[in-house]
Amino acid sequence: MEKAGGSSPEEQVMGILRRHGTDPSLLLPILQEVQERFHQVPPQVEDAIAAHLSLPRSHVEGVVDFYHFLSHERRGEYDILLSNCIIDRFHGRQAIQQQLTRELDTPPGRIRGDGRVSIGETSCTGLCDQGPAALVNGRAVPALDEHRVAQMVSLIESGVPLERWPDAMFQVDDNVCQPGPLLKSGLTPGEALNAALGGGPENLLQQLEQSGLRGRGGAGFPTGMKWRLCREAAGEHYLVCNADEGEPGTFKDRELLRLHAHALFEGMTLGAWVTGAEKGFLYLRGEYRFLREALERILDERRDCGLLGESICGVNGFRFDITIRMGAGAYICGEESALLESLEGNRPRPRNRPPYPITSGFRGKPTLVNNVETFVAAAFVALHGSSWLTSIGTKASPGSKLISISGDCTRPGIYEFPFGTPVEEILEACGADSPMGVQVGGPSGSYITPQEFHRRLAFEDLSTGGSFMVFGRERDPLEIVENFTAFFAHESCGFCTPCRVGTAMQNRLLKRIRNGEETGAEALELLRQLWETMISASHCGLGKSASNPVFDMLEKEPGRFRLAPRAGEE
Amino acid sequence: MEAALLAGVYIPHLCYHPLLEPHGSCRLCTVEVNGKPLPACTTPAAAGLEVTNDTEALNQQRRTLLQLLFGEGNHCCPSCEKSGHCELQAMGYWLKMLDSPFPYLFPRRALDASHPAVLLDRDRCIFCERCVRASRELDGKEVFALAGRGLDTRLIVNSPSGRLGDSNLEASDHAARICPTGALLVRGGGFRTPIGKRPYDGKSLSEACLQRAAALLKEGKESER
Repeated sequence: MEKAGGSSPEEQVMGILRRHGTDPSLLLPILQEVQERFHQVPPQVEDAIAAHLSLPRSHVEGVVDFYHFLSHERRGEYDILLSNCIIDRFHGRQAIQQQLTRELDTPPGRIRGDGRVSIGETSCTGLCDQGPAALVNGRAVPALDEHRVAQMVSLIESGVPLERWPDAMFQVDDNVCQPGPLLKSGLTPGEALNAALGGGPENLLQQLEQSGLRGRGGAGFPTGMKWRLCREAAGEHYLVCNADEGEPGTFKDRELLRLHAHALFEGMTLGAWVTGAEKGFLYLRGEYRFLREALERILDERRDCGLLGESICGVNGFRFDITIRMGAGAYICGEESALLESLEGNRPRPRNRPPYPITSGFRGKPTLVNNVETFVAAAFVALHGSSWLTSIGTKASPGSKLISISGDCTRPGIYEFPFGTPVEEILEACGADSPMGVQVGGPSGSYITPQEFHRRLAFEDLSTGGSFMVFGRERDPLEIVENFTAFFAHESCGFCTPCRVGTAMQNRLLKRIRNGEETGAEALELLRQLWETMISASHCGLGKSASNPVFDMLEKEPGRFRLAPRAGEE
Repeated sequence: MEAALLAGVYIPHLCYHPLLEPHGSCRLCTVEVNGKPLPACTTPAAAGLEVTNDTEALNQQRRTLLQLLFGEGNHCCPSCEKSGHCELQAMGYWLKMLDSPFPYLFPRRALDASHPAVLLDRDRCIFCERCVRASRELDGKEVFALAGRGLDTRLIVNSPSGRLGDSNLEASDHAARICPTGALLVRGGGFRTPIGKRPYDGKSLSEACLQRAAALLKEGKESER
């Protein structure tokens, strides 16, 4: 953008800085606003930002450089990022890129000479049920086809600002295909709070413990125990909702945030009541920026009804409020301690644990971190009692699970199943006809083939944060694995050796195998060495799970995992 | 790590340094604690822990990590002034790493020769952040930081121009002298010690590290008293 209103970039940045104040933990929101204004974070303003927040200049540079949605180099006035998710690739993403490149005369990864447009790529945008999708200046544009791309091109070439693009371009369908107890539940604002407040925090903790509710992110830590431990930790408390669902193929939070925002905020407020936190954050993935305005409105409504702020529900001293903070294109922020670093304005690299956030989280204070689905479920447990959850599911996994189904099936979308549901039943529900296999839990999860379709969705069997990608028989396992390894290489934070270099080496080897440049047993031996080293020595779950897809595929699709014969071998 | 070093047990490491807070990024010090792989430097010692360190499996893993580090940067030991002083090179000898089966990535990284007394050759950087931490923890400055992510991680300098010459680094700073590789070299001493008579030419890395740890950690313990 040129000097709007005659003021220099430095002056405009000063305006942004003054509005945000001098708290260094606000670095990321400040940088996001600067990026939006200038289509870059101009190097000449980094000094001003650093000085204003009393941070070293290199800190600011290091943060800008980390996030995919921030850049030192100028991006186009229309910055198009195409989702690189394997599901989008299987649904014509490459043809969309070619059409954009041709019609906008802009090569991928570049900005056009006149500065009008740039085309890049990004990890899964959480729209694989209605892809291929892109982000244009951070706004999600789903369901790209030839017609829609032509429309985009014409809007861009005639310089129509994004705010004046037809709403239909940004229309995201909810695609709730099979609601269950959670999606069908509703509450009037304040209902769960009023139900719980009379009984006191100890009663709610017991309800949660009796319900057997476990964290829905995939790891399955008992929610009641987490809330109790956090409550018992000494000192000022914070509360964080992790809405950074970045695992490729996951998009169920998208709809919980639209359909059950009140329940979510109610669950967070209950968490605050139990732990004594007065400040909460909703850390929303950058790709879901299109949800933000509606969420802010709901927060305002709740403040107006006395459900946030001072004396909540008329209870003296019950004080709590929620701030929405946006992610900026970093899968690693789904890891809770990296998320906390991000909230503090640092480079989001996972912390050494222990200590865990329940005793040492945001700013080193006890912090209750749960994901969206967990807080929503907690609100309904508070409202309906523990039996609401224990009446369905399995003994070790009470309740139901939302899953995001995408890929080769006739009805992709959001489904809710009781824990214990076998995979074959899920496949039937979504119209997947004899697929090659299913990736459960995203690239970091597990790949299962038809002989395992009797396995069940549960913490004790197939655990998933919600991603469920169906692959038809025509798909090339090597292409899938190469895409997954590219994802991990792109998202590795770079802190530890095995993940930083291992993910890149792994991706390089897969590329070479696919191109027939790497042959036979040697390449597999190298992949095995990387796998062993990454699983054992990586700093966090990203590196530890980044080889899973390679070995799942090798083991389960040996016939289809073609290796070119070695010279002289046949 | 410190408990082991003080007890005369060498656990291979690169990012750990006795003067600095433990960091846990190079992962060479990964040991098995009650059967679970954990970095020795960031895992506190406790009574009753069963720790396995010098096994072929762990050393094989360390060799792989080392091969990854060599493949990631541009390391030309024969022409490097740090040869013989270099912990990365000495680690190669210690772990008997003869070559690497992994592809070399040959990255293009910027050299910074703007400082009159210190050379920054990013080709040799392994992102251990010893300089970053030494500058902050020991020198009370903030000369270095990391930027980027994944394989695009890079070492940057905290100065208006981003150049070392415009920073407040001095050759006497710990940060200028603590690099385990030849990424940061204090100028003016080139080949003063001839090759063949350098620290790791005469003794193994483990011996040198144990001596260094004994000297520095004991000093630290005494100053705490």
